[in-house]
Amino acid sequence: MEPVTMAKAINLSLRDALTRDENVLIFGEDVGALGGVFRITDGLQKAFGEERVFDTPLAESSIVGIAVGLALRGFKPVPEIQFDGFIYPAFEQIVSHVAKYRNRSGVPLPITIRVPFGGHIGAVEHHSESPEAYFAHTAGLKVVTPSTPADAYALLQAAIDDPDPVIFFEPKARYYLKEEIDTAARVPIGKARVAQEGSGVTVIAYGPTVSIALQAAKTAAAEKISLEVIDLRSLSPLDMDTVMASVRKTHRAVVVHEAPVFCGFGAEVAARISHDAFDLLEAPVARLGGLNAPYPPARYEKLYLPDVDRILQAADAALAYG
Amino acid sequence: MADVVRVVAADDPLRALFSPAGELTAEARSRLGLDAAALRELYRNMVLIRRADQEALNLQRQGELGLWGQFLGQEAIHVGAMTALRATDWVFPSYREFGMAMVRGIDPAEMLTLFRGLSHGPWDPRRYHFAPLAIPVATQVPHAVGFAMGCRLKHGDEVVLSTFGDGATSEGDWHEAMNFAGVFKTPVVFLCQNNYWAISVPLSKQTAGSIADRALGYGFPGIRIDGNDVLGVYAAVAAAADRARQGDGPYLIEAVTYRMGAHTSSDDPTRYRPESELEAWNAKDPIARYRAWLEQQGIIDEGTVAAIADAAESAAQAMRARLTAMPTPPPGEAIFGRVYSNPPESFLREREEFESSLEGS
Repeated sequence: MEPVTMAKAINLSLRDALTRDENVLIFGEDVGALGGVFRITDGLQKAFGEERVFDTPLAESSIVGIAVGLALRGFKPVPEIQFDGFIYPAFEQIVSHVAKYRNRSGVPLPITIRVPFGGHIGAVEHHSESPEAYFAHTAGLKVVTPSTPADAYALLQAAIDDPDPVIFFEPKARYYLKEEIDTAARVPIGKARVAQEGSGVTVIAYGPTVSIALQAAKTAAAEKISLEVIDLRSLSPLDMDTVMASVRKTHRAVVVHEAPVFCGFGAEVAARISHDAFDLLEAPVARLGGLNAPYPPARYEKLYLPDVDRILQAADAALAYG
Repeated sequence: MADVVRVVAADDPLRALFSPAGELTAEARSRLGLDAAALRELYRNMVLIRRADQEALNLQRQGELGLWGQFLGQEAIHVGAMTALRATDWVFPSYREFGMAMVRGIDPAEMLTLFRGLSHGPWDPRRYHFAPLAIPVATQVPHAVGFAMGCRLKHGDEVVLSTFGDGATSEGDWHEAMNFAGVFKTPVVFLCQNNYWAISVPLSKQTAGSIADRALGYGFPGIRIDGNDVLGVYAAVAAAADRARQGDGPYLIEAVTYRMGAHTSSDDPTRYRPESELEAWNAKDPIARYRAWLEQQGIIDEGTVAAIADAAESAAQAMRARLTAMPTPPPGEAIFGRVYSNPPESFLREREEFESSLEGS
């Protein structure tokens, strides 16, 4: 197959899901004729009709709320929230109902909520946020994020097939990464992958920070420093087995995400490593992320977000510790 | 401006059934198509649910339930609405619809395990076509609309009843859901149980406008009716459900009633409302009114009334006995058992650790 962008891989994954299962429905703001503001749903309404791919009124809480009702009626809804910063009106529906409905009633809700997230796109406020920790903190939800076109295709298939609700965060700054994908490959939810083997320091990343960690590994290699890059792929459930296998090898770990460090997802990973590998660690687990301030105006986002240099500095500090 | 929808009288078959004050007209009352047995059944159900409601409050006072929210005074809405629906029609309740659930056939003792702290949702919604109680106000309204959208997509002939209180009409979810229902022309009947009080906040502080008239802004009709007249509620819900079933879209019924009890057993209404209000509404009690009408029509006599009261009494005692004999599910199952269909390994490990931590104790 020709190399495809992540945007195209997600489009193909949605198309294949719509073809495979007549109960799959796609809806949200501008997903119909326009094909979404990022064109992720491009051509789907034309191919599958206005009953299966439809625009809704501009109301995120009800976009998720109707997904609950449609799931109860036997559908597999795949709603889109247009941007990370617009998911908050739907927070109550997601946390109070999507996450808890099965626990309350015994009825599973096979809903996949797609959310473009993260920064690095030079946008105005509310278009560059990383709200994943809010959702990973909520039992009953599964939270995943791909970093490559191949994973985007396969993880979305797994999310739509899952009988339980999944929040699918798409790293919008990586929509135009290109690679060949194998549509027959399966990626189960809850399995991290070793994106780059190494031996000196484990760098744990997900979504948009994976490619930055890989660049850091390349730069470090030129200086004879070996970084192992773990792509978590799934934040909830969290695959600590893969993380720990790496840390047992390197004895050093750096966690990196775009969300602010304070109470960020990295805190969970760092705490688990510190607890489970306390005797093995040669250095404190480092956390890198956005600054503990609201996402800045676009001109400052490069300073706000973790970059290759900050990963290299953290790796150097871990190696020099003690 | 040609594409702006105007709701006209032709869209509104309910208007002819009610006086401008929301009273069912004598003519409409004579054409309900309910025989004497069905009319008696409405009475019987109202008496049964009121007695169960009282017993639930007793159980709370005796420490058998953690909390109880009475629906005293709202029985006509519970029974009238449920009787007007088919068993296949789905109901998306708020949290005070215990009587509706009883009419649908859900075991009240099983339902009370929710208030006994044993379960968040004791019944299978798919079996009874009755969604779990929704405690965050108005959040269930979009679920009802989504379900009704699904009915249309599947070409089903079900209608959905979405019920909520006056307080819910202030929530964003309520407005969003009303708007979706209008846009997608979904087969949903919105039933507002306007009982004048949202805990301690009266209707006058909840809204400055008419609840029923809001429907017009969303492109479908609405009506305000007497919610303490079981036949009026029955007629309204039946007509709105018929209209929805025919594909004519949603309808909003504002049924005016009064919350005769406290918000819940934890509330103290003497702090915020005068006793005189209760006296005025007592005079409009839905059961007494209906019984007087049935007697006047010669449909019910003292013997039947006494037999129904006896049946309600024994049903309440049986409910109490079943509830207090209910087993307590094991903690591992109660806490972890229903969260996921496909539980992650880490989740199962946490459950195992929790369960083995209990074994020693």
